[in-house]
Amino acid sequence: MNNVYLQLFIEFFQIGLFAIGGGPATIPFLMDLPNRHDWYEVSDVANMLAVSESTPGPIGINMATYAGYNAAGFLGGIVATFSLVLPSLIVIMIVAKILDRFNKNMYVKSSFGMIRPAVTGLIATAVWGIFRTALFMTAEGKWQFPVLLVLMSLGFYGLMNIKKLKKLHPAVWILCGAIVGIVFKL
Amino acid sequence: MLPMLKYELVEKNHWVTEDEILDYYAVGQCTPGIIAVNVATFVGFKRKGVLGGIFSTLGMVSPSLIIVSILAMFLNQFMSNEYVAHAVGGIKIVVCALMLNTVVTMAKKTVKSLPAGIACILAFVLAMFSPVPTVLIVVAAGVAGIILYKLGRFKA
Repeated sequence: MNNVYLQLFIEFFQIGLFAIGGGPATIPFLMDLPNRHDWYEVSDVANMLAVSESTPGPIGINMATYAGYNAAGFLGGIVATFSLVLPSLIVIMIVAKILDRFNKNMYVKSSFGMIRPAVTGLIATAVWGIFRTALFMTAEGKWQFPVLLVLMSLGFYGLMNIKKLKKLHPAVWILCGAIVGIVFKL
Repeated sequence: MLPMLKYELVEKNHWVTEDEILDYYAVGQCTPGIIAVNVATFVGFKRKGVLGGIFSTLGMVSPSLIIVSILAMFLNQFMSNEYVAHAVGGIKIVVCALMLNTVVTMAKKTVKSLPAGIACILAFVLAMFSPVPTVLIVVAAGVAGIILYKLGRFKA
């Protein structure tokens, strides 16, 4: 169990199996990983998300590559990414054979009907964790309340929800953030 | 992602019909993993069996793998640069906003009944204040859905 690649495989296979509801569903699991491994810190997740949101490809995959790269270099990224997609690869091939029955099965429907809102709750917890490490904790682990930064963040959230700006790619917002950061020396 | 999949698979290559892709998308949401990757696996498998599924999946993840690895390499190296550090400070603010946006959008889509609302709040509270593992919360929600359906209290 000391092999980092084997550990990456086990962890990311699990994430791939239980992260239901697309890319963002991987975030709670990724916030949990630093509790067990020293691959990256919880405070790195915000950077990982920035990279993942501003590069092409599904964020879940990008996150796995980035986490794996941090843990064990290029090969680590490959192992994490393939471990993440392996469970769905297997499941999809089985489901493809029984598509119609699977899709309309009431047990499948009702269990997923509850899993999806639960995953939303899990993501909310993870997002709070990101807020905590990115805004409310100092590098020394003390609490702070940076009014200006919080207001800026809420301002960006508001801008994202303006009808004409809704379609903008996340990378555009991240670029704006980088510029604001350099201008105001954040 | 859906509009891009539609354009490439339906209009350009005629590999699947529009109805099929919507079906795959629906199944992709009800199966573990990343939805876009699931759709790719589905289309590949339907066209060319197991090998087709594997290759379309590989195709879907390769660009991310290459680009993100390169970025990760540079980001770790340039983190000590003053301008990069300031930029990252600003980016963190935007990431918070993006994530808030993701949660709100997901909540609007997934919380549409009282049981769903309870599941969402319970999962949040458990993940926040108890040591219950994330995996267990997901499994418990699925089981709860089936039990509620059996009791006639929940319609998905």
